[in-house]
Amino acid sequence: MKKFKLLIIILFFSFNFFNYSIAKNSNQVDKISKNLRCLICQGQSVYDSQSDFALSIKILIQKKIEEGKKENEIYEFLKNKYGEWIVYDPEISRKTFLLWTLPLILFVFGGLLIIRKVSIK
Amino acid sequence: MVRNIKFIISVFLGLVIFFILLNALEKTNNYSPNKISNKIETNFTARLLYKNKEVSLEELIKDQHLSIINIWASWCLPCREEHSYLLNLNSINNINIIGINYKDNEVNAKKFLKELGNPYSKILLDPDGINSIELGAYGVPETFLLDTKSKKIIKKYIGPLDDIKFEEIVKIIKNEKI
Repeated sequence: MKKFKLLIIILFFSFNFFNYSIAKNSNQVDKISKNLRCLICQGQSVYDSQSDFALSIKILIQKKIEEGKKENEIYEFLKNKYGEWIVYDPEISRKTFLLWTLPLILFVFGGLLIIRKVSIK
Repeated sequence: MVRNIKFIISVFLGLVIFFILLNALEKTNNYSPNKISNKIETNFTARLLYKNKEVSLEELIKDQHLSIINIWASWCLPCREEHSYLLNLNSINNINIIGINYKDNEVNAKKFLKELGNPYSKILLDPDGINSIELGAYGVPETFLLDTKSKKIIKKYIGPLDDIKFEEIVKIIKNEKI
């Protein structure tokens, strides 16, 4: 009877570990898919969407992680297939230069204004 | 004077912003598939529908000059509509058509082909939709006209084929053959 109990306990915990390993991977999948745009349901991320396209992408990410691919490699792979639009972060290029630097410029400009106002007083 | 300058500057800025926004109204920010690379990855393997064998897409198209890759499923209604165009392309223009069976049930897929005819020379299975992503596809139905040697996509049609698209494909095939 004791052995039987032990067996049940071992089985129970082994399933626990099994689930844990899936959960660990799926965290990574969630993280990556949150940064991807669902291309056929605009306005949603792949993570949010339940469309066939998004589901396939999630399976693909899972598979790539199992193959040992890094997060960046997966983004590169998808950018190659679908263009830059699929990732939410636009790359820094001549076209998006202003987009990236304008907040910084405005921030510095605002800071200067405040400093001037304070020093005049 | 200072007030005047302030007024002029604010009117000027307002006008600039107005015209920028006006201009942007006409620009669509919808995603256009034309912008992405027109090369295709064909070296993935998948199981065939009628044989229990894994083959790569590369093998199926390598001795053709032009190939059509069509992504379809038996549950997809537009696929039913475009099926006659594919049959025509296969029988009249004698072009190699590879089918990719997208997230489908094998029994249903076979039933679908039995009912409507089979334009495909080979059919690869894609139960998870992963292979279609490898091709850069969005869903069903989708059709690629491929230059097999350079792996370049000559034309890519998202959605079902119609008369206009069919004519276009026939024209390209005729031009390429001469």
